[in-house]
Amino acid sequence: MPVITYREAIRHALAEELQRDANVVVLGEEVAQFNGAYKVTEGLLEKFGPKRIVDTPISEAGFIGMGLGASMLGIRPVMELMFWSFYSVAFDQILNNAANVRYMSGGQINCPIVIRGPANGGTNVGATHSHTPENVLANHPGVKVIVPSTPYDAKGLLKSAIRDNDPVFYLENTILYGDKGEVPEAEYLIPLGLADVKRTGTDLTIVTYGRCVIHSLKAAEILEKEHDVSVEIVDLRCIRPLDIDTVLASVAKTHRVLIVEEQKPFASVGSQLAFMIQREAFDELDAPIHRLATVDAPAIYSPPVETEQLPNPQRIIKAAIEALA
Amino acid sequence: MANIIDMPKLSDTMTVGTLVKWLKKEGDVVKAGDMLAEVETDKATMELECFFPGTILKIFAPAGAQVEIGTALCAIGKPGEKIDAPGAAPKAAAAAAPAQKAEDGGQKSEAPKASAGAPVSVSSSVVSPPASVSGGRVKISPLAKKLAEEKGIDPSGITGSGPGGRIVREDVLAAAKAGTAAPAPTASSSAPRAAAPSPASPIPAEGKLVAVSNMRATIARRLVEAKSTIPHFYLDLEIDAGPLLELRSQLNASLEKDGVKLSVNDFILKAAADALDRVPAVNCSWDNSGQGAIRHHGATHVSFAVAIDDGLITPVIRNTDTKTLLAISAEAKALAKRAKDKKLTPAEFTGGTFCVTNLGMMGIDRFCAIINPPNAAILAVGATVKKPVVKNDQIVVGQRMNLTLSCDHRVVDGATGATYLAALKEVLERPSLLLL
Repeated sequence: MPVITYREAIRHALAEELQRDANVVVLGEEVAQFNGAYKVTEGLLEKFGPKRIVDTPISEAGFIGMGLGASMLGIRPVMELMFWSFYSVAFDQILNNAANVRYMSGGQINCPIVIRGPANGGTNVGATHSHTPENVLANHPGVKVIVPSTPYDAKGLLKSAIRDNDPVFYLENTILYGDKGEVPEAEYLIPLGLADVKRTGTDLTIVTYGRCVIHSLKAAEILEKEHDVSVEIVDLRCIRPLDIDTVLASVAKTHRVLIVEEQKPFASVGSQLAFMIQREAFDELDAPIHRLATVDAPAIYSPPVETEQLPNPQRIIKAAIEALA
Repeated sequence: MANIIDMPKLSDTMTVGTLVKWLKKEGDVVKAGDMLAEVETDKATMELECFFPGTILKIFAPAGAQVEIGTALCAIGKPGEKIDAPGAAPKAAAAAAPAQKAEDGGQKSEAPKASAGAPVSVSSSVVSPPASVSGGRVKISPLAKKLAEEKGIDPSGITGSGPGGRIVREDVLAAAKAGTAAPAPTASSSAPRAAAPSPASPIPAEGKLVAVSNMRATIARRLVEAKSTIPHFYLDLEIDAGPLLELRSQLNASLEKDGVKLSVNDFILKAAADALDRVPAVNCSWDNSGQGAIRHHGATHVSFAVAIDDGLITPVIRNTDTKTLLAISAEAKALAKRAKDKKLTPAEFTGGTFCVTNLGMMGIDRFCAIINPPNAAILAVGATVKKPVVKNDQIVVGQRMNLTLSCDHRVVDGATGATYLAALKEVLERPSLLLL
């Protein structure tokens, strides 16, 4: 099976869907001539031409609004945000309009827009460029939110997202762009709303998603070798719809839970998860639900301090041991 | 004047009951028939029924306390009514700290003070409560709580190893394995687990002294009494179990559609009763009155030993000799289940006149049982084993079963015991007699 990068996996998904459906277009800042700020859309302009791959002004409110309008008329735009951090400039278009269009039109108007781009810290780009808004997005009924952790998931989920008739927000990670993984050549789709057990274990369930899956896998190896602890890792992949059944099945097996997320802790995805787990699996819990999140402060500019602000394997190991007490 | 509810005698051998849990609290309005509390006797955990309507004015014995029979548990009357102070402090020792709060934790602690003539005092030798209950509530994880309920273990006796003394799953499993949920003595380590242990790490368990449950204490007392005061002797007889096994498999084949499965033990219970009818001299008890007397029982009530968590109990099938094999089988099955669930009522485990104990299913060939007073004998049944036997001067494969009768020589002499075993052998080797 070919081994490709996370960046290539996203590009392949875009190219395949552009090829398959003439209504699919890619819009965003510098996606065409500059090949994308992070080179995700490299080569697409050459292949699909300027009517399908379109550079936009530096105005999120404007071009997201344009994409939203196009989607209401049957186009399937894939909008690139150079940073998800600037979704807030287009907050009204994304969460007031896109999320509500189908409901407010009584089901007459679909809004098959995909908005994608990186949403992560850890690259020392400062507090205004390091937001992880999946919790804010997922708070809105009517939307779907995806945070892929591997090249395989990135491709299969993006293809499903483009074919979905609701607004889908797809949150990537600049640090994962270069990560490699096996991706089949044959076409495949991953349905939205299915979690994936990335590692099986018996003593502790780590529920996580995005780059924290990679950190958790490293931590689990060390926990196994040095502490003789068997960790199961559930990768949510989709924040909404949320596959709570897979989480509960794992909790019923291990009876202890650690949630790991690159979120500020207050009202995060983990907060919602913890509520759902205790509500549905109270009698399975042998300890309180533990959580490791980003330290509750604006993203710290100092590289060594930011590393410690975010979840990392060492912090996960420490949190796992606490959850096992 | 308010009614004082005393600790009742809930089983024939009960002297002390553990007040496991109050189901009502002070100030609650109760009516006759309401359940007030759960009480663990030496045999079972039972509910304490209320016979007086009114308001619970005062609770004297906190949850976890061991209370002697006749000692005041609570007072029920009209609000404001005078409570007749219970008598002098009884000898009962409280296993739990008297300051322990009610189960809901929100209730004000109304622990009795010894100086006020309260019925529950703390003896100097009592063990202190585990850290997990020191806050007044039992600190226990939801999973551990569910497990403890499933296993019928009182978590207030478990020392928690989790953070802050929380009882976690491992603690309940360990308590279930040790067969006791009694409070661990303070001398043993109750330190929380080290920070980074693996749940599976093979650290040898530390030796410790574990207080026993009421049931274990009763078993200990009664068996020492039986083995040291009854002059036991033992008679052994090997029988041919072939016909019995064949009849059983025939009957089970035709009963299968009704969901009935007769066990070997069902046949033995029936046969033991029939043999008692033939040799009534074994269906007797020694009585110490005067220079001694022998009580001849009119009815035949065969009991059988059932292993349960932390001990064993002998439920009784009344008038065993008059019941059909099918009826005995159904009753034995139901009683065994209730015994394992600790739901037997005293009427169901008292009054036996003869006892059968069977370790055949555990692979034991033969063993000598200790007599269960006031019975005069007990029958120990071993496994059926294939053996070479001589039949018509030929060596053939025989299905052999060993029966050992333990007899009280004050009541049963060797010849009487042998006659009984011979009668038993006759019906078991011609088991169709049991169907008459």
